[in-house]
Amino acid sequence: MSLLEARGLSRHFGGVQAVAALDLDVAEGEVVGLIGPNGAGKTTVFNLLSGFLAPDAGQIRFRGRSVLGWKPHAICALGLARTFQIVRPFPRLTVLDNVLVGALGRHPDAGEARARARRVVDRLGLGARASTLAAGLTLAERKRVELARALATEPALLLLDEVMAGLNPTEIATLVGLIRDIHAGGVSILLIEHNMRAVMALSNRIVVLNFGERVAEGPPAAVASHPRVIEAYLGEDDVHAAPAR
Amino acid sequence: MAVGLTLIFGVMRVVNFAHGDMMVWGMYLAWLLAARGGVDPYASFVLCAAVLFVAGVLVQRGLVQRIVDAPHEMQILLMLGVALVLENAALLVFGPEPQRVRSALAQATIWLGPVFVDVARLITFGVAIVLTLLLSAFLFRTDLGRSIRAAADNPYGALVIGTDVRRVYAVAFGIGAACVGAAGALVAPLVPFQPSTGLQLSVASFNIVIIGGMGSLVGAFVGGLLVSVAESLGAVFLKPSLKELVSFSLLVLILLLRPAGLFGRRAA
Amino acid sequence: MRWLAAAVVAVLLALPAFPSVFGSYAVTVFTLIFFYGFLGQAWNVVGGYAGQLSAGHAAFLGVGAYTAALLSVEAGVTPWLGMFAGGALAAVLGAVVGFLGFRFGLRGFYFVLLTVAFSEICRIIAANTEAVGGALGYYITFTGNPRQFQFQDTRAYYYIALALMVAATGLVAWLERRRFGVYLAAIRDDEAACEAAGVDTFRYKMLAMLLSSFLTGVGGTFYAYYLFSLQPNTVFGVPLSVEIIIRPIVGGAGTVLGPVVGSFILSPLAELSRHYFAQGGWHGAHLVAYGALLVAVVLFLPEGAYPRLARALRRRAAPAA
Repeated sequence: MSLLEARGLSRHFGGVQAVAALDLDVAEGEVVGLIGPNGAGKTTVFNLLSGFLAPDAGQIRFRGRSVLGWKPHAICALGLARTFQIVRPFPRLTVLDNVLVGALGRHPDAGEARARARRVVDRLGLGARASTLAAGLTLAERKRVELARALATEPALLLLDEVMAGLNPTEIATLVGLIRDIHAGGVSILLIEHNMRAVMALSNRIVVLNFGERVAEGPPAAVASHPRVIEAYLGEDDVHAAPAR
Repeated sequence: MAVGLTLIFGVMRVVNFAHGDMMVWGMYLAWLLAARGGVDPYASFVLCAAVLFVAGVLVQRGLVQRIVDAPHEMQILLMLGVALVLENAALLVFGPEPQRVRSALAQATIWLGPVFVDVARLITFGVAIVLTLLLSAFLFRTDLGRSIRAAADNPYGALVIGTDVRRVYAVAFGIGAACVGAAGALVAPLVPFQPSTGLQLSVASFNIVIIGGMGSLVGAFVGGLLVSVAESLGAVFLKPSLKELVSFSLLVLILLLRPAGLFGRRAA
Repeated sequence: MRWLAAAVVAVLLALPAFPSVFGSYAVTVFTLIFFYGFLGQAWNVVGGYAGQLSAGHAAFLGVGAYTAALLSVEAGVTPWLGMFAGGALAAVLGAVVGFLGFRFGLRGFYFVLLTVAFSEICRIIAANTEAVGGALGYYITFTGNPRQFQFQDTRAYYYIALALMVAATGLVAWLERRRFGVYLAAIRDDEAACEAAGVDTFRYKMLAMLLSSFLTGVGGTFYAYYLFSLQPNTVFGVPLSVEIIIRPIVGGAGTVLGPVVGSFILSPLAELSRHYFAQGGWHGAHLVAYGALLVAVVLFLPEGAYPRLARALRRRAAPAA
């Protein structure tokens, strides 16, 4: 069942074509990795999908409905949640309240929402820090708060924007485990990631972007040895020098 | 006047609510010099500019610098506080009655083609152009000017290449204040002023700067021309007491339609 | 913290008894404390919690005041009802300002400018409309008739102001824990993140604005019937807006007790300074003090007096923690 269908998505900024006639699908139950060099347009795609930017052209269907022109909160209500590349928890709110904001979207009663938020907080291992203000957390903890907040909105599809960035190997390993766990719980995931090990480990399928266009797509192993992908990351000369994996 | 405001905003992203009130102090200073020292405002405007430059640097160093990284609400409140202090200190010191500065030149008029023109306004216009050109030259040709522009574009980058960002901010604020001091002195002979004029002037400054684009000098100048024309037209068609209505309505319209302005960049 | 809560409750219970004990000047001061505490709390909803700084709340007060006064004097409607009409009309204005501001994405300083512009526009219109008294103002004849919201005994104003403040504070305390309050606090921190988490930021900012302007408009009726004269320059002026916002800011914007604490601190000082300075002909001295205070608070006490106090007391109570 196709959860997300984007067709012919285009967006330019001034003279730069950030996204060019992109087709993108996420099926229910998939983990799709979105990779590409810096400036390839990945975050722009996220902004388009989640309603923060309007596309110049193209169509986006989520859960069978067109969400073109919808405001971000409405798309979230439909079941699409996202995190931000530069992590944005609410600094003056506690961890629990941060997650509470997400939960309230599904459970208007504050008491009920608080209970659910508490469960998400515990599930992501933040139980001990529940009453700490988000501003006082480490980077890894703040990422988990944002993830928890997104999770509390009970999404069908989760958009993760470079969640591994800035974390040390231990933290990355923990986060990979958490994401696997979330996926096992029935949430489909589309993730932007530079950390290749994480992408390979998590994804069923990888889409490669360069200059706003899809350059390759397929299972992780196939994509890793795809000449155009290597060219995009390393440059033309190294196409033949790439090791077989 | 507007050039000063846009400079302060463009460099530090801090909106100077006290702008109009600073200008009023410039006016009072010119008045003092004229009344007590017998100095004509068209000569004293340089001195007024200098005094306000120093004052501006002090305000920046002492107050604004501390909240450059603070949430916007705090910056707004700070400048509001400064505006309050300035306006009401003027009220305390100078009293609420309107003042006017006498100048020999203010009375004279000359023919310019088919039109009668006030010498006073002509000089003001001329000086404004000259000062704006000087300022542009300063910003684009001198090292310090370039540092200011660098700091405006990218504070961290500027730090990396060794710019003393704090000094640059102080200077920028000072220059902004100086512009306003000069403007105050130049305008003082043209209109009666009182402490409450501060708010009107602030509004006018904001109108101009928002229309022309926050952070753009050219925009400030063009905006100034546009707003003056609009206000003059308003004065022709409406009762005098409604003149303020024009500037506030204009402000609302401008806010709604064009926060980025004609030339400027969006607020961060 | 038990004893602090008990102390607060004790003070609150004692307040109604004060008028019998204190002389009329003290009663007046307290009435002002309560009234400005009420107005500050009304502003707190949109300015403190939602973080949308409005420096034009006098507009709502003025609209409420003039509406109630006009309805009573011209149409014989009792201010007890006119109060709600005034509040409603103020809410309409709030809806307009909010809609324009929020739809057009005016944040921070741009929004402040918008609110100031609106209150000034109201001021100018009122000053130029003869039907409402023009620049000279609108006067209400004193009849002392409670049906007309007028009382011979100034203690009645004390109780009404106290009731208003307690009601508003209770409302805010209740809302703080509910979805409305949580959403507002989040909006203040980061609107984009809110949208991503499913919060309709426009809707909640509008609701906050409506509530805030309605309450302020209701306060306008009290104002009109306490002072009996409405001057556009005073009622719609920036100084009054400053009076409204400075108490919650000093006391702690975005907290339940901030506006109350702020009013208890500032109102007596304002009264004293007005007494002192006005006699010496020093106009505007207290506004200079306000400005300086605002600067000082931003630099040294950004969260406000009440949160600081609460933290200090908490630390005292649990030194080992």
